[in-house]
Amino acid sequence: MSYVIEVRQIYKDYQTAAGAFPVLKDVNLTIERSDYVAIMGPSGSGKSTFMNILGCLDRPTAGEYFLDGHQVSQLSGNDLAQLRNKTIGFVFQGFNLLARSNLLDNVALPLVYSGVDKKMRHERAEQVLIKVGLGSYLNSRPSQISGGQQQRVAIARALVNEPRLILADEPTGNLDSKTSEEIMQLFDSLNKEGISIVLVTHETDIAEHAKRQVRFLDGKIVHDSYAQSAVMEVS
Amino acid sequence: MFTAMLGEAWHAMGANRMRTFLTMLGMMIGVGAVVMMMAIGEGAQQSIKKSISSMGSNLFIVLSGPPNTAGARSATGNALSLNVKDADAIAELDGVAGVAPTTMGSAQVIYAGNNWNTSIIGTTPSYMEIRDWVIDDGYVFSNSDMRSATRVALIGKTVADNLFGDDTDPVGKTIRIKQSPFLVVGVLNPKGQSLDGRDQDDTIIVPLTTAQRKLFGNQVPGSVRMMMVQAESDKAMPQAEEDINNLLRQRHNIREGSDSDFSVRNLTAIANTAAETTRTMALLLGAIASISLLVGGIGIMNIMLVSVTERTREIGIRMAIGARERDILLQFLLEAFVISIVGCVIGILIGVGGAMLVKSFTGTDAVVTTQSITLAFAVAASVGIFFGFYPARKAARLNPIEALRYQ
Ligand SMILES: Nc1ncnc2c1ncn2[C@@H]1O[C@H](COP(=O)(O)OP(=O)(O)OP(=O)(O)O)[C@@H](O)[C@H]1O
Ligand SMILES: [Mg+2]
Repeated sequence: MSYVIEVRQIYKDYQTAAGAFPVLKDVNLTIERSDYVAIMGPSGSGKSTFMNILGCLDRPTAGEYFLDGHQVSQLSGNDLAQLRNKTIGFVFQGFNLLARSNLLDNVALPLVYSGVDKKMRHERAEQVLIKVGLGSYLNSRPSQISGGQQQRVAIARALVNEPRLILADEPTGNLDSKTSEEIMQLFDSLNKEGISIVLVTHETDIAEHAKRQVRFLDGKIVHDSYAQSAVMEVS
Repeated sequence: MFTAMLGEAWHAMGANRMRTFLTMLGMMIGVGAVVMMMAIGEGAQQSIKKSISSMGSNLFIVLSGPPNTAGARSATGNALSLNVKDADAIAELDGVAGVAPTTMGSAQVIYAGNNWNTSIIGTTPSYMEIRDWVIDDGYVFSNSDMRSATRVALIGKTVADNLFGDDTDPVGKTIRIKQSPFLVVGVLNPKGQSLDGRDQDDTIIVPLTTAQRKLFGNQVPGSVRMMMVQAESDKAMPQAEEDINNLLRQRHNIREGSDSDFSVRNLTAIANTAAETTRTMALLLGAIASISLLVGGIGIMNIMLVSVTERTREIGIRMAIGARERDILLQFLLEAFVISIVGCVIGILIGVGGAMLVKSFTGTDAVVTTQSITLAFAVAASVGIFFGFYPARKAARLNPIEALRYQ
């Protein structure tokens, strides 16, 4: 069985003035292709820390992480950058678009780092912008469109390099419930196309969109809906 | 990839035009100063070289009057210690190629109502060879002119222009020097400025005998103020200098230990010293100007550091979507590079313009060489890379998570 994500006994400590401060304690998780996972849990439970590790932006203090078959701890900085560029698409709570560039250039940016030429970059960026419903805003600036639209641009940027996996840390955190719903429908359709999605949310109705719910508490996974159903099947 | 980065750099620079401009201004001033100072230095060197080559080679000048005070005393007009016989004796020495006894003065010259005050050199035909001076038109007076003290004159370009204007050919015309008529037999080839800045073409050369008898008659016959002596070669100069000294002391019956009543100066050595001084001055000018280039570079570094801090979040975003360390490094390095190169190009224009202004307002030569432009370019590029590197590396080494969290 090939997993997109395979996390084994991950620990993460932050060094603080008061000594090592454990944030993740023995986290284990496997995520299959085309899975759709919602991570929930109280503030400070380590969700973002975990997402950063999944996104190869941070390294665990101990434990093994395999992303798409690659043992991440063995990879160099450049290899990690490649993975972030080709395999993963990030969607952030605060959209994180480049204010100075227009939507087309924002979406095309990951392609710059994979060496795609300009014509091709713009073609593909336009395609994904059309796909997320922003085909008529190609030359607008992020400040000229609404929050929901900005998040669509961010999703388009995450999609442009055709990733296996989308990681979204509270993608609807800055949006009202109606816009959140629209964004979630976009995620749903992407998942149907076969892209694995892992998202963090505080809202149950958002989490309901996912196939699988995972709950963090105090740096540990305390609930996994798949494990639950497996348990139920056995009993 | 590279062109995309270049575009980004351009974009980033455009986002904060005033700041970019001010940063560039530092570079422009630096490069402009370097180009201009080098142009002035080069101009000075070239004009010195021209003066030196117009002087003639391997030259001594022998002056009447004791060493050190010769210049001061000659002005007071006391008795001249050198004479034509001394010149003949020096001419016999080994290693001496030629001697031209010379007397000088100034006089009013008139032609057809045009008045001009100029210097008169009374000398022998050998003067022309020693000074490597040729005639554009006409002929040089001869030794027989010397013997019979004919009233003939060779006139310099400046004198010709002022007396005759453009239309008249001076050769064959009669001018009046101190009221007495002189036939112009030749026009001297222009030599330009001398080492001490005099116009060498503002002069009239007449036979020595004519000058002594008919123009400056108050002098003892045969005595001269100075002699130009040419050595056969550069190598012969030290020996020739010693021989001239010994010979004249002997001829003037000067006892051992007492001062000479003449002085011998090595003009070629003086000229070389002048050239060396100019070269040092040019180097110094360039060095001082380079400091402003350095200051410009520090300005770039400063602004790049500010820019990296301001754009921390952007850097985080770029890293998250797949920028490698070297992509970030390149981006910021390129930005510093573009700022310095654009500043440099404008600076070169400013420098060239400044050099032209200096030339037209002060008359000093200012020569912009391709070398100085290439140098300015190379230095500016290295300054951009050197001072851009630290901020760029700082950007590339940012932690992506912290950068993303930065507000
Ligand atoms: N760089 C850091 N240095 C020290 N402690 C950190 C650092 N980053 C996070 N932490 C700590 O790790 C813990 C988990 O943080 P994390 O951001 O993962 O929580 P979270 O579950 O995402 O919370 P929220 O729901 O509020 O986003 C927190 O207690 C936080 O204080
Ligand atoms: Mg969080």
